[in-house]
Amino acid sequence: MSQPDFSHDGIRTARGTAFRYLFMLCALLSILTTVAIVATLLIDAVDFFATVSPIEFLTGTRWSPTNDPVAFGVLPLISGTLIITLGSALVALPIGLLTAIYLSEYASERRRAYLKPALEVLAGVPTVVYGYFALVYVTPALDTILPLSTFNALSASIMVGIMIIPMVSSISEDAMSAVPDSLRQASYGLGATKFTVSTSVVVPAALSGIISSFILALSRAIGETMIVAIAAGQTPRMVDLTDPAGMFLDSIQPMTSAMVQIGTGDIVGQGAAYKSLFAVGLTLFVITFVMNLVSELVASRYREVYR
Amino acid sequence: MTNKQMTSSETEQTDDQQPNPTPGTDSLADRGTDIGVETSSRDDPATVTDRTIIESRDLDVYYGDDQALNGISMEIPEQQVTALIGPSGCGKSTFLRSINRMNDLIDIARVDGELFFREKNVYDDDVDPVALRRRIGMVFQSPNPFPKSIYDNVAYGLRVQGQDDNLDEKVHTALERAALLDEVEDQLDSSGLDLSGGQQQRLCIARAIAPDPEVILMDEPASALDPVATSKIEDLIEDLAEEYTVIIVTHNMQQAARISDKTAVFLTGGNLVEFDDTTKIFENPESDRVEDYITGKFG
Repeated sequence: MSQPDFSHDGIRTARGTAFRYLFMLCALLSILTTVAIVATLLIDAVDFFATVSPIEFLTGTRWSPTNDPVAFGVLPLISGTLIITLGSALVALPIGLLTAIYLSEYASERRRAYLKPALEVLAGVPTVVYGYFALVYVTPALDTILPLSTFNALSASIMVGIMIIPMVSSISEDAMSAVPDSLRQASYGLGATKFTVSTSVVVPAALSGIISSFILALSRAIGETMIVAIAAGQTPRMVDLTDPAGMFLDSIQPMTSAMVQIGTGDIVGQGAAYKSLFAVGLTLFVITFVMNLVSELVASRYREVYR
Repeated sequence: MTNKQMTSSETEQTDDQQPNPTPGTDSLADRGTDIGVETSSRDDPATVTDRTIIESRDLDVYYGDDQALNGISMEIPEQQVTALIGPSGCGKSTFLRSINRMNDLIDIARVDGELFFREKNVYDDDVDPVALRRRIGMVFQSPNPFPKSIYDNVAYGLRVQGQDDNLDEKVHTALERAALLDEVEDQLDSSGLDLSGGQQQRLCIARAIAPDPEVILMDEPASALDPVATSKIEDLIEDLAEEYTVIIVTHNMQQAARISDKTAVFLTGGNLVEFDDTTKIFENPESDRVEDYITGKFG
């Protein structure tokens, strides 16, 4: 009786190896692109910091890259970004979280089946549409009750908030759905109402997922460009954080729209004004990168909760 | 609560032949070790009150188009251990969950017929299942402590039900009754999830009894545990029956024989085939099908 043949098949082995490298190449491609982008940012930003000191850049309170006297203080832009982020957080975090609780705990299976995709459509609307919506509908509507400028932080941040609601609700809902049903049963069995089950068991158990959805959504708000470029105006000014009315009612300029202005403006040559684009970009990148990192950390803690 | 203490003291007065009369709840935990040996004491007719606490009449439960329970009528006595046994899918867990209306949580579940808790039909329109569940504790198949501290796990039901006066004392008493206090007394602030499986299940029992319910429902409470942990849980169940009505679903026929006073046998199709004293069911059942099931000929 002859032994069965289990020997290597040359073609099969070669094909396996080829695919392995093909897949690896695709994975490497996106990593390489990211590295290249960061490197470009760094190189040009370093160039910029040769003419403008980093201290002046990070502590200066006036941003005027093209008009004399030129000044490259990034704080007005950061404060503009902060206002948009704060305003959109006030809109998106409560609405997103309550939506997630509704979807995960209150909605019937059938209702959730069409509500969740419908909500995610919001995330698919091009942001330029949101931007013009803010400018053409939201601002005039709010103008009837508030003394608004044509370009203002309020309608822009409301629109950015609406844009990131699906992000908060979708990721939070995923985290809440991952809470084992046995915990809900235990709570109901002790005579808890649906509200108590949601607030005292489901939300705490999903807290890290919820927080990570908040951070991701906020970092999306920080990086949002079109809406603010269209509706928030182009006035780089230090925002007085103690004056809520002034903060939201007037025109501001966040980092992203300052970059758009520089990039699309008629700046000639490779001067400091042009290079400042990369310095602001790098600042923005560092902020969102740190936030995503924090969100990853929080989320990994969450994965340890039920083993 | 006062009602409850009254009924338990009444029981003590009539329990002349009981070997260890219960002077107070404190001694319950101490008795944990010797009761496991003297299983016969639970079978002594004099320890049994025979007052009905839960009665079902023609109870049908459907999940969508599937009928899970078919015309169940039974009277469950107070302060005894009633075991529900039968093969998988026979409806015993469904029956257990219809007592505290946990089936309400399943969208497609529908209940016909009546189920009385102290002569009140719990399926009447004016019954709030939340209020009902506050008088009926429940322990589940796999231990399901909350990802909170041991203390907060036990205190959870008390807080939910607004019984948060003397919280420390109540938490300690519940842990003591669940025969867990000695093992966790120094680590009440650590997570309930850090305990072993058997300890977690006793934590869940402590959590269920802390708000002082009248009935404790147990859905195969030892099926996820090893033999040593199982025997601890069984001892505990027998102790708990001194004060509470315990209704337990089990796959394990020996377990039913060891710990229960009454046994209900459910067979396929959601039918209750026989319900009688445990000794009668295991020694001389009326139904041939029950005898076949008990002796392992099917199921």
